[in-house]
Amino acid sequence: MKDPVKKYFPLFVLPVLVCFCLFFVWPFIQGVYLSFCNFFIPKDATFTGVSNYVTVFRDTSFWHAFLITCLYAVASIICVNVPAFFIAYLLKERFRGVTLFRASFFLPNLIGGVVLGYIWSMLFDGILSQFGTYLTASSVFGFWGLVILVAWQQIGYMMIIYIAGFTALPEEMLEASQMDGANRFQRMTKIIIPNMKSSIAICTFLTLTNSFKLFDQNLALTGGQPVRTLESGMQIKTTELLAMNIYSTYQINNHWHGTAQAKAVIFFLLVAAFGALQLYATREKKEKKAKSGEKKS
Amino acid sequence: MLRKTVSFILASALMLGLCGCGKPNGGYVYYLNFKPEADAAWQELAQEYTEKTGVPVKVVTAASNTYDDTLSAQLNKSYCPTLFICNNAQGLEDLGNYPYDLTGTALEGQLENYEYCLWGKNGEIFGMGFCYEAYGIITNKALLAQAGYSVEDINCFEDLKNVAEDIHARSEELGFDAFTSSGLDPSSSWRFSGHLANMPLYYELFETDLTTQPAEITGSKLNLYRNIWDLYINNSGTSKTSLTTATGNQAEEEFGSGKAVFFQNGTWEYSSLTDPAKYGIAPEDLTMIPIYCGGDYEENCALCCGTENYWVVNSKASQESIDATLDFLYWVVTSDEGKTMLSKEFGVTPFKDSIPTDNVFFNAEKAYEEQGKHPVKWTFCMTPNTDVWREGVTSALADYSAGIGTWDAVENAFVNGWKFQYKLEHGTM
Repeated sequence: MKDPVKKYFPLFVLPVLVCFCLFFVWPFIQGVYLSFCNFFIPKDATFTGVSNYVTVFRDTSFWHAFLITCLYAVASIICVNVPAFFIAYLLKERFRGVTLFRASFFLPNLIGGVVLGYIWSMLFDGILSQFGTYLTASSVFGFWGLVILVAWQQIGYMMIIYIAGFTALPEEMLEASQMDGANRFQRMTKIIIPNMKSSIAICTFLTLTNSFKLFDQNLALTGGQPVRTLESGMQIKTTELLAMNIYSTYQINNHWHGTAQAKAVIFFLLVAAFGALQLYATREKKEKKAKSGEKKS
Repeated sequence: MLRKTVSFILASALMLGLCGCGKPNGGYVYYLNFKPEADAAWQELAQEYTEKTGVPVKVVTAASNTYDDTLSAQLNKSYCPTLFICNNAQGLEDLGNYPYDLTGTALEGQLENYEYCLWGKNGEIFGMGFCYEAYGIITNKALLAQAGYSVEDINCFEDLKNVAEDIHARSEELGFDAFTSSGLDPSSSWRFSGHLANMPLYYELFETDLTTQPAEITGSKLNLYRNIWDLYINNSGTSKTSLTTATGNQAEEEFGSGKAVFFQNGTWEYSSLTDPAKYGIAPEDLTMIPIYCGGDYEENCALCCGTENYWVVNSKASQESIDATLDFLYWVVTSDEGKTMLSKEFGVTPFKDSIPTDNVFFNAEKAYEEQGKHPVKWTFCMTPNTDVWREGVTSALADYSAGIGTWDAVENAFVNGWKFQYKLEHGTM
C-alpha cells in the first residue's frame, strides 16, 4: 500500500503552492522585470536596461540609508540580544509568577509597528520636551529612539528562543561543574554560552534580518526626520533605513518608480543572503553535532 | 454540519466579492475622488444618476496622501478609473498620455471661466478645475472685538503684528491667544511649507511675471516668510519645541473652541467651523483676511485663490466609458442636484448658472475684489517634487523655531532644495 503522506501530499500542498506562485512568485518576477523599466503604470512599462541600477549606485540617499541601517543593525543586535539573554536566564527557573513575567515581556511583540511608533514618539517627545527639545530635532535622538523601541518590542520574542535554549542545557554538566568548584562566571562563559551557541546564532540572524527589513516603526516614529538639506540642495533623511528609502524613492515622482523597484531587488538579494548565511551557519552546527554524536556512539 | 455551512457561506461570500469587483458591460463611470470630506455627497449623487439613467457610476475615495499610489494601482486594472483628479501642471505632466482632451465637449461649453484649466502644449484642455478655493487668515470677529479691535484695523503686516502682539501680551486676561498652533506634524505642516510658502514665492515670481515652473528661485522675498512665521510662533499659546507634534486638528480645535483669534487655513474649513455638532461658530463671527507679511503691494492683495482640483478624464478608457463620463460630468454641472452639491461641498465653481454659496470666506474674497484688490495666485503649485521639497522646508522650519537651527538652513532648504528637486523631477541629474 502506498504511503498516505505520499499519496495525498499534492492535495495538501497544491492549494498553497498555487497561491504561493500566484501571489508571490509571479509578482516577484514582474517586480524584477520592472526594475529594468521606466514606468508610471506597470502595464505601460518601457524597458530601459540597467539604467535604474546605475542610478541606485549613484544615489547618495541610498548609501546613507545603507550605512545607517548597518549601524542600526549592530546597535539593535546588541541591545536586543544581551537583555533578552539575561532576562531568559532569570526566567528559565520555575518560580511563582514566572509565566506572567514571560507573557509580559512577550506582549509588546504582539503590538503593530505603526501603533508602537506613534506611542513611542509621544513618549519620547514627552520626555524630551522637559529639556526643551524633541525627538526629530536630532538624528541621534531618532536613531536611539528607534533602537529603544525595537528593543522593547523584540526582547520578549528573543527571550522565548533563549529560554528554549536554556531548557535544553545538559543539567548534569552544570551540576558537575558546580561540584568541581566552578563559580557563576565560569559556568556562564565555559558551559552556558558555548552550549547556547545555536540559540545565539538564530537570535542574531533574526535581529539582523529584522533590522534590515524594519519599516513601519521607522515610518511611524521619525518618518526619516530630521531632513538635512545639503549645500547642493540634496535632501538626506537622516534617520531613514533601507526599507523606508525604497518607499521614499517611489514617492519622489513617476520617473523614480523603476529606481525604487531596482532598490527593492537589491534589498531582496541582501536579505536573502542573510537568510542563506543563517541557514548555512545553523546547519553546519547541526551536522557537526550529528557527526560528533556518531563518533561517540 | 456547522463547519460545512460556515465554509459554504465563506466561499459564497468570496465568490460574490470577486464577482462584485467585475467590470460592468458597456460604458461606465468610475471616479477616483480626492476629497474624503465630499465622499458621501459624491456617492449620493452617483446613486441618483444611476437611478435616473441606468449608467453605473462608481466613486472611490483615496485619501490625499495615498492618492497617487491608488491611482497608479487602479489605472493598471482593466476596470480602471475613467475620471480622476490631478493637482497641478506637474501632476498633468506625470500622467503622460492619460488625460483626454476636453476641448469641444458639452462640458467645456458650460465653462464660464477658463482661468482654472490645465492646458496642453497645443491648447488642449487636459484638466478642468471644478472649484476654486481660497485661503488666508481665518479670523474670529467676536474675539477680535473682545480684544478691542475689528478687521478694518488690519490692512497690512504692521497692523496685524500690532494687534497680534497686543492680544498675545494680554492672553491671560483675555482668555484667548492671537494665533492657533503652527503645527509641523504632517497633518498640519502643509499649511506652512505649502500655503504660507506661497507668499515669498508669489512676491518673487510676480515681479518676474513667470507663468511656467522656474528651474531656480532666488529666495529674494524670504524675509516676508520669516516675518509672518515669527509672528505666528511668537504669538500663540503653543511652545516652539512642541510644533513637530502639533496637528492640524489641534489648531482647528483651538480656533473652534475660542482659544485663538487667528487661524491660517482655507475656505474648506467653513462647514466644520460652523457645524453645530462640531464647533458651531456663528457665520457672522467669521471672516478671512489676507496673509499680510510685509510685501510691497500687499494692501492691494486679497486672499490666495486657486485650485488643486482638476478633473481629468482617462483617454485610455473605452470610448463608451469616456462618453458616459462626459455625460455624467455634464449632468453634474447642469442639473439642480449636481449644482446644489457642488455649491454646498465646494463653494464657487467656474460653470455657468452655478448656485451661489453661503460660505462667508468666499464672500469675504468677493468683497475684497469689489474693493479693487486682486487675488494672490497659488504660485506654490509650481513647486517641484512638492512633498519632498516641503519635507526639507518643514524640517528646517522646526529646527529654526526650536532654536536649534538657523534661518539660513530654512533659506537653503527653500532655494537650493528647489533647484535640486527641479533637476530630479526633470531627470537632469
